[in-house]
Amino acid sequence: MKAEIKVALVGNPNTGKSTLFNLLTGLNQKIGNFPGVTVDKKTGFCNLPDGRRAEIIDLPGTYSLYPKSRDESIVFSVLADRVHEAPDLVVVILDASNLKRNLLLYTQVADLKIPLVVALNMMDVAKKDGISIDINSLSKKLGVPIVPISARRNEGIDELKKSISYANKFALQQDSIDVKSIAPQLVDAIGEELQVDNPYFALQLAHQHETLTFLSERESSRIEELELAHNFHSQKAQATETIARYNYINDLLYDTVTKQEAAQEESTSNRIDKVLTHRIFGFFIFFGILLFMFQAIFAWSAYPMELIEKLFIWMQTGVHNLLPAGPLTDLLADGVIAGLSGVLVFIPQIAILFALIAILEDTGYMARVTFMMDRLMRKVGLNGKSVVPLIGGFACAVPSIMSTRTIENWKDRMITIMVTPLVACSARLPVYTLLIALVVPDRNLWWIFNLQGLALTGMYVLSLVSAIIVAWVMKYILKARERGYFIMELPVYRMPRWNNVLLTMFDRAKTFVLQAGKVIIAVSVILWVLASYGPGNNFEQIEKKYKQPQYGQIMKPTEVQHAIASEKLESSYAGYLGHAIEPAIKPLGFDWKIGIALITSFAAREVFVGTMATIYSVDGNADEIQSVKQKMGSARNAETGKPTFTLAVAFSLMMFYAFAMQCASTVAVVYRETKDWRWPAVQFAYMAVLAYAASFITYTLLK
Amino acid sequence: MKKLSQLQIGKTGIIKEFTDLEMSLKLMEMGCLPGEEIKVERVAPLGDPIAVNVSGYMLSLRKQEASTIILQ
Repeated sequence: MKAEIKVALVGNPNTGKSTLFNLLTGLNQKIGNFPGVTVDKKTGFCNLPDGRRAEIIDLPGTYSLYPKSRDESIVFSVLADRVHEAPDLVVVILDASNLKRNLLLYTQVADLKIPLVVALNMMDVAKKDGISIDINSLSKKLGVPIVPISARRNEGIDELKKSISYANKFALQQDSIDVKSIAPQLVDAIGEELQVDNPYFALQLAHQHETLTFLSERESSRIEELELAHNFHSQKAQATETIARYNYINDLLYDTVTKQEAAQEESTSNRIDKVLTHRIFGFFIFFGILLFMFQAIFAWSAYPMELIEKLFIWMQTGVHNLLPAGPLTDLLADGVIAGLSGVLVFIPQIAILFALIAILEDTGYMARVTFMMDRLMRKVGLNGKSVVPLIGGFACAVPSIMSTRTIENWKDRMITIMVTPLVACSARLPVYTLLIALVVPDRNLWWIFNLQGLALTGMYVLSLVSAIIVAWVMKYILKARERGYFIMELPVYRMPRWNNVLLTMFDRAKTFVLQAGKVIIAVSVILWVLASYGPGNNFEQIEKKYKQPQYGQIMKPTEVQHAIASEKLESSYAGYLGHAIEPAIKPLGFDWKIGIALITSFAAREVFVGTMATIYSVDGNADEIQSVKQKMGSARNAETGKPTFTLAVAFSLMMFYAFAMQCASTVAVVYRETKDWRWPAVQFAYMAVLAYAASFITYTLLK
Repeated sequence: MKKLSQLQIGKTGIIKEFTDLEMSLKLMEMGCLPGEEIKVERVAPLGDPIAVNVSGYMLSLRKQEASTIILQ
């Protein structure tokens, strides 16, 4: 479906831009990538009243064309890239209640001379604040159509669509400031050299040429030379420009906007803030909300997760029953489907986590959390904004690492990415519950504290503490690329937009499945092959051995099957691998069977339970934790005859799972976010060292 | 020479100038302009950052950043 007109949405953060995008495109949207960068590109289609089809691009919210974060840097590139992306029309969304600051971005975009339509959002809020805007006169002064809308109430959208379809092909907006006077010779020189006839475009090239991907290296270095020749000072030029723009805006608003001197009545937002960011209650409320979130993630997802598991078991047996037995069927059922179920089972948790985070962000509360936590986080080398990914890390590191993009400061963002996988994610939970149930007695301490619950809480606290310590260490290792700052809008509190919450939930779940799914399927297929085949004719000999009549007499048929399965595993490639790493993991108290589980867990931690189930040959599926537990409990060391899983071994194993980067999806997403293999490599290495050391110490102390 | 970081909660001042060019770019984009009225609304529970009311909306910034804003 080819679009006949390309429309870009531009606006400040918190202006209702994404709400408008959702209104225009409905569910008809997709997320892609901008070429060369990992910023998500949200596009959708919208039918215009004149019958044409418009492709709408939702550009990241920004306060100006001068970028402060990775997301923001995309705005100018898209507007300026004439070859690939450049839109035919820009819709600038302005917040009517905050027109002055919003108009800064408008004047910058207008000066690029792309045809424009202004959508004036939040007229209702402005009215409430006693602001009245003479839209006709403002529109005449700017030279562009202005459409008042209310994105939340779905008002004015049809008029906006009309305006888009009747918009001119040529830019008719008035000039705002005298751009040339900022750097007259340089603007001319760049214009001549690169055949740019728009002076503001030329000026922006001077400011941003280093990061623009559509410029060739030769063009960029030529601009650099011109800047030196004309003595161009980027920051000073920017300051001059911003002040000139605000002067223009002040003139503009002087007789078009009137504000009633509001009776000094305290705003609702302010009153809510007094409670939510209160010196003492503020933190209590925050931790209360966190507790509620975890409860919700675990409680609400239990039922859908069970359904998904059942569905996949049903599919697995279905495939086994319908298709002829053979290696291909096994690969499909035990490799691909089993691998898929390992990923998809986490969808409910991820969806719930993202819905809750979307609600917190939508209402404006998340901005207050970063406000309250900034000082604490800064002490350990993080940023107030790191709180969101760290909290998300309790569910899953993959989407949390994706959410670090809002952190403008490079160093803060990298440290957040590096420590987020240490936070105890939901995939560790089955491992912990299994091992704790195995070795920690189920009784109460001082009447109220359950010992098993305490052990589990301990693992969660340990994860946060370790993340904070590692962040603190990295603060001294990493060199800052730019100064960190924390200049952030605290938006007014609003009711969450449920549509938006649902869409975010849907988007994130989809991204997760596509990102993590590929890796997990690939790795589970490889593991399946390693565990199902062995060198030489090992397997045939095992089959032959158990065909001998004496086994049929002393063992039941199912027991024979189990014996075959576990012997096959030992002589499979995976079994050989387990034996191969045994010397390395012996100091940690692990034998070759645990070794296999460690190797398979590098695809994803939750594979541990499944592998244990296979190794200790349990009936049915991996979710029968009770029976896995029993088998593991009765497992004996062949040499000493003592139980394999002692307190020391179980805790050593938990330490290993707490620290080791056993998650292929996280490795993949860290690479995707950093675009450099060294980051995931360093992360993998430091976590492996921590895991080994922690396990070794734990085992030695408890032995 | 009074800085924004020295202003008490609930007090209002008028921005005169900035001591840091790089920081001033960001601040001006966010509506903190010379001549603009600025009011300290609240301080975060741990004493930093602060929240100010400027150009009709609420902005949060660290004390260190607030110290680059000189008031009249």
